[in-house]
Amino acid sequence: MNITLEIWRQKNKETKGQFVTYKLEGVSSEMTFLEMLDYLNEKLVKEGGDPVAFDSDCREGICGMCGLYINGRPNGPKEGVTTCQLSMSVFNDGDTITVEPWRSKAFPVIKDLVVDRTSFDKLIEAGGYISVNTGAAPEANSILVKKENADRAFEAGICIGCGSCVAACKNASAMLFVSAKISQFALLPQGKVEAKERVRALVQTMDEFGFGNCSNTGACEAECPKEIKLVNIARLNREYYKAY
Amino acid sequence: MNKVVASSISKKFVMALAGLFLLIFLPVHLGINFMLLKSDPEPFNSAAHFMATFPLVKVVEIMLILAILIHIVIGVIVQIQNWFSRPVGYRSGNRSKTSFFSKFMIWTGGTIFIFLIIHFTNFYFIKLGFIEGDPENFYSVAHQLFAIPGYNIFYWICFIGLGFHLYHAFTSAFQTVGLNHRIWTPVVNFVALFYAILIPAGFASIPLIIWLF
Ligand code: FES
Repeated sequence: MNITLEIWRQKNKETKGQFVTYKLEGVSSEMTFLEMLDYLNEKLVKEGGDPVAFDSDCREGICGMCGLYINGRPNGPKEGVTTCQLSMSVFNDGDTITVEPWRSKAFPVIKDLVVDRTSFDKLIEAGGYISVNTGAAPEANSILVKKENADRAFEAGICIGCGSCVAACKNASAMLFVSAKISQFALLPQGKVEAKERVRALVQTMDEFGFGNCSNTGACEAECPKEIKLVNIARLNREYYKAY
Repeated sequence: MNKVVASSISKKFVMALAGLFLLIFLPVHLGINFMLLKSDPEPFNSAAHFMATFPLVKVVEIMLILAILIHIVIGVIVQIQNWFSRPVGYRSGNRSKTSFFSKFMIWTGGTIFIFLIIHFTNFYFIKLGFIEGDPENFYSVAHQLFAIPGYNIFYWICFIGLGFHLYHAFTSAFQTVGLNHRIWTPVVNFVALFYAILIPAGFASIPLIIWLF
């Protein structure tokens, strides 16, 4: 199929960017979205142009590197997938596809579609961990965990930190991401020990980076490729109140 | 300590509590307004008199004014911060599935604010003595206002704005104070829908009924 791409091009952090239109012929519906961009870049390089910079690593929905804002939605029109998992089969011949980087004060654009997500790394540093002595694995039955809690913690723990929640939110809020970290630990006995410090540090760091305030619009939940739920944000709020 | 007070979650918590308090007041006000439908001005005027003079109501009145001010000030701060959190917007807009009413809270809130200024000028500031008028005869003030077609149209637009605001506010406040439950949240959402339709419709129906009968 033949498509038209409108892609945000920006040399570096300092320069102003703009949209550039590319006509791309011979795109297969069996390509993934990133393969399509690879295909575009091969063509650009052959023509002596500058390839479009975008992030990716695992290309199987695990690392959370690849997020792009496609036609008004993070990761494009399909629910529950990362950008690397998006197939070109969802588009039609003749379509125009607008591709933009994540937009948030806390995610400045480095080049083209690549954003600096240091803010998420700093959040993990602030509270996305538990302090444990590494050593031999303890006997599994010595700490009992309710199945329901284990499941809920797991459902939150599958967050890959891709930033789709921030990208989708009209307030560029990171509450879903932070709440996933909270639920991942707060529901498990190992996480309870540092619960108060964790939530305080996470919220403080989140605010310092200039993420917006959650106004419960639900866009994050709708766009999360791992389908993390809004109930986690309510839990984050509760954990925060408990910490003071 | 300052970080706690100014934190995103604390601000929203206070804002939600203030909002929930205001939700309780609206049905009371509506109940009094229904007395405007009687041809005898006495019940409405004495209710207004009671609200203006009874000591316990005085305390509640101060709390109400505080709640309104706090809700507005924090709401505006939160909104400005939210605008700044995305300095460059998306060209392709936002097509995510979000709660429709949540998108316009600042604008529906602004509409209510404009209404309140006019409403206070007509009634509350007279009661406080800031503006000249007869606080003992609000019945006729209300009826005079409802006789102006332009005022009624403005009144209805404001109450549509209120309905939009209330629906998201009601559900959102519960989430903000940390209450989200598998069974109870759908119930809250259902009650919110009823509340957000019935309360504004109740207010808006009064000038309509007066005009029709
Ligand atoms: S590249 Fe790893 S999630 Fe897409």
